[in-house]
Amino acid sequence: MAHSPHSVDLLRFNTCGSVDDGKSTLIGRLLYDSKSLMDDQLEALERSADITGGGQINLANLTDGLRAEREQGITIDVAYRYFATPRRKFIIADTPGHVQYTRNMVTGASSANLSIVLVDARLGVIEQSRRHSCIASLLRIPHLVVAINKMDLVNWSEERFNEIRYQFEEFLPRLDMKDVSFIPVSALNGDNVVDPSPHTPWYSGPTLLGHLESVHIGSDWNLRNFRLPVQWVNRPNNPQDPHLHDFRGFSGQVAGGIVRVGQPVMVLPSGFTSKVKEIWTLDGSLKEAFCPQSITLVLEHDIDVSRGDIIVDMEDLPGSSTDLHAKICWMHPKPLQVGKKYFLKHTTQTVQAAVTVIEHRINITTLDQEPGAPELAMNDIGEIRLRTSKPLIFDGYAQNRLTGSFILIEQGTNATVAAGMLHPPTEIAQPEYKDFAI
Amino acid sequence: MSSYYLDHLQYLETEAIHVMREVAAEFEKPAILFSGGKDSICLLRLAEKAFRPADIPMPFLNIDTGHHFPELNDFRDRRAKQLGGKLIIRTVEEALAKGIAVQPPGQISRNQLQIPTLLAAIEEFQFNCCIGGARRDEEKARAKERFFSFRDAFGQWDPKNQRPEIWNLYNARINPGENMRVFPLSNWTEMDVWEYIRQEKLEVPTIYFSHKRLCVRRHGQWLPVTDLLPPKPGEPVEELVVRVRTIGDIISTGLVESPADNIDDIIAETSVARVTERGSRADDKVSEAAMEDRKKAGYF
Repeated sequence: MAHSPHSVDLLRFNTCGSVDDGKSTLIGRLLYDSKSLMDDQLEALERSADITGGGQINLANLTDGLRAEREQGITIDVAYRYFATPRRKFIIADTPGHVQYTRNMVTGASSANLSIVLVDARLGVIEQSRRHSCIASLLRIPHLVVAINKMDLVNWSEERFNEIRYQFEEFLPRLDMKDVSFIPVSALNGDNVVDPSPHTPWYSGPTLLGHLESVHIGSDWNLRNFRLPVQWVNRPNNPQDPHLHDFRGFSGQVAGGIVRVGQPVMVLPSGFTSKVKEIWTLDGSLKEAFCPQSITLVLEHDIDVSRGDIIVDMEDLPGSSTDLHAKICWMHPKPLQVGKKYFLKHTTQTVQAAVTVIEHRINITTLDQEPGAPELAMNDIGEIRLRTSKPLIFDGYAQNRLTGSFILIEQGTNATVAAGMLHPPTEIAQPEYKDFAI
Repeated sequence: MSSYYLDHLQYLETEAIHVMREVAAEFEKPAILFSGGKDSICLLRLAEKAFRPADIPMPFLNIDTGHHFPELNDFRDRRAKQLGGKLIIRTVEEALAKGIAVQPPGQISRNQLQIPTLLAAIEEFQFNCCIGGARRDEEKARAKERFFSFRDAFGQWDPKNQRPEIWNLYNARINPGENMRVFPLSNWTEMDVWEYIRQEKLEVPTIYFSHKRLCVRRHGQWLPVTDLLPPKPGEPVEELVVRVRTIGDIISTGLVESPADNIDDIIAETSVARVTERGSRADDKVSEAAMEDRKKAGYF
C-alpha cells in the first residue's frame, strides 16, 4: 500500500508506576529531551514550580493536568501525550500506579503496543511492578520495557541492575510475554532516556527512546483471520451517479486479516455466502484491505446484512456461542452482581448478558487463581462465565484483541462497568440458514 | 517488512472514521460542529471518508459569536455547500436577545457566551450527540478527554466520572436529555492536522496564510485592528505580515508574524514552533485551569 513520502509509523505505549517511581518525571524527560516541549509549556512549568515544586521545575507537572490532581499531587485519570521524532510518532497513555486505579491502567494499556514498567532501583521488583506486568500480560501487550530507574541512587551499579533483572526474570515465565527489555535509567537526570549515559559503560543496549523508535510493531495487528464487523450500511439516497443507484456497501473497520476482491466470504450469524465485488473507499477502489483499515465492502449478491453482523473468510470461521468464558476487569464502584442483566458490547453489536458464575478472582500480583470469590469489586480481575441473549460471533482474545474483547454496561446508568477478554471458542460458528445456497 | 501496515496518518484516519461511523450508527440525532477552522475541515473530510458515496448523515452546526473573522464564515458557508450538507448557524447575538446568554458587565469577549448558545441549539434541535474537532494535544484538560465524552442533562463534564474507553469499544448509551460529545481527532496533533490537510489537498481559509494586516500589541500578542477592536488613543498601530495559527474570536486571536503562504511552509513552521498552538489564545490564559473550568460548564 502506498505511503506518503512524509510517512512514519506510530507507536502507542503506556507507562505504569506510582508518583514515587518517577513515572511523570520520565515522561517529562522524554518530552523535554526530545525537544517536544514548547516555550509556553516551560513557562507554565516555571509558574507552577513555586506552588508544588518548592521553586524547582518539576517535570511531573507536565503530565498532571487537572487542577484537582496538581493540588493533591496525584494522577486521577488516564492522560494522553504526544510527541514525535524523525523516526516515529508516539502516543503515551499515562496511567497512575495507585492500587485503586487498575481500571485506568487497563484503559490506558488496552490499545498499547508497548508498556513501560518503572522499577525503583533502590527497591527492586516490588508488588506494584509485578502487578503492572501482570496486567500488561493479561491484556497481551506485545512488548514490555522494564525501566530500572533512579540508577544514580545506587551508584550506577551493574550488579544492582542485574540483580533486579534476575528478580524480574524469575517471575517472567508466568507472564507469557514474548518481548521484554531492561534499561537502566535516571529519569531525573536523563541518563539513557534520550541520550546514552556516561555512567553505564557496562550497558550496551539502546536508550529508552532508541528502543521505542526501533521496536518492531509491524506484526502487532492480526493479519491472519479476515473479520469485518459491520458498523454501518451505506445506501445512497438519491445518488447523482447512475452507477450508485443500487449501491449497497457494508462499512466497518477490518478487525482482523486481509480481504481481497473476488474472495468468498460468509456473513454471520446468517451464514449467507457471497464474494467481494468491490472494496470502496473515497480514494478509489482497493484490490485488498487489511486490519485496521476502515473500508466499505460491496458484495456480489444482494443479501441481508446489518450492523452487528460480521463478514468473515469462508475458510476460517470464528466461534459462536451464548455461553462465554472470559477474564474481566471490574471497573465500577458497584461490584459485579451474578445474575444481573448488563448490556454487553462486542465489536459493533450490543446484546444483553448475565454473569452466571464467578469462577475465581485472579491475584494480579502473582496471576494465581483465588477460587470462591463471592464478588468482583472495583479493580478486581476475575474469570467468569456469562450467558448472552443471542450468540456472540467471536475469537479468543489471544488470537485477536478486537474480536475477542467486550465491555459490560450497566442498564439504567449506562456506566461502563467492566472490560472483558474472551477465551478461545469451543464451537465454530454454524450458519443459521444451512440450506441457503446462491 | 510487510506492506500491510498503516503509517501514522492512515492510522489516525482509520481510527477517526471508525469513531464517526459509531456515531452515525448509535445516535438518532447527531451533528458535526463545523467552524471552518483547520480541525473541523479535517472532520468534514473524515465524514466524507466515513459515509460516501451516501450523503453525510448529519447536519453541520456552528455557533457564531458575531466576532468571527469574516474570511472564516465565508469559507464555512462555501465548504458546507460544496459537500451538500445542511449548515445550521445559531448566533450569540440571538441568544443575547432571547436572554439565553447574558453578557457579564464590562466584558467584551463572547467566548463564554458560546456555551449557553450551544446548549440552547442542542435543545432546539434535540441533538443527542455533537462531533467536535478538539484534540488532546491542545491543552492539559483536553489530554484527559475521552473520544466519547459524556455530558449530563446540563451539558456538564465531570472529569472524575468519565467512562473508561477500552480497545475500540465506545459506550454510546445515554438517557433522554443527556448528551455525548465525540472527538474523532483526539489523538491528532497540530502537525498531524496540517499534514493531513496537505495529503488530502484540502482548502483552508486564507487567514491561515500570511497576509498584511494592521495590528496592535496587547498582552504580549499582536491583535488585528477591527471595528470591534479599535486602537486606543495613542496606541501604536503597525502593518505586519501575519497569519493565524489557531482561530478564535477576532478580538482575542493572536496573530503570528510569518511569511508562510503555503501549506509546506506552515508545516515547516509548525515543526520548529517553540510555542504551543493555544499559546496565542487569550481565552486560555485566564488561569491555569481555564479550560478545565469551561469544559465543566459545557464547553468543548
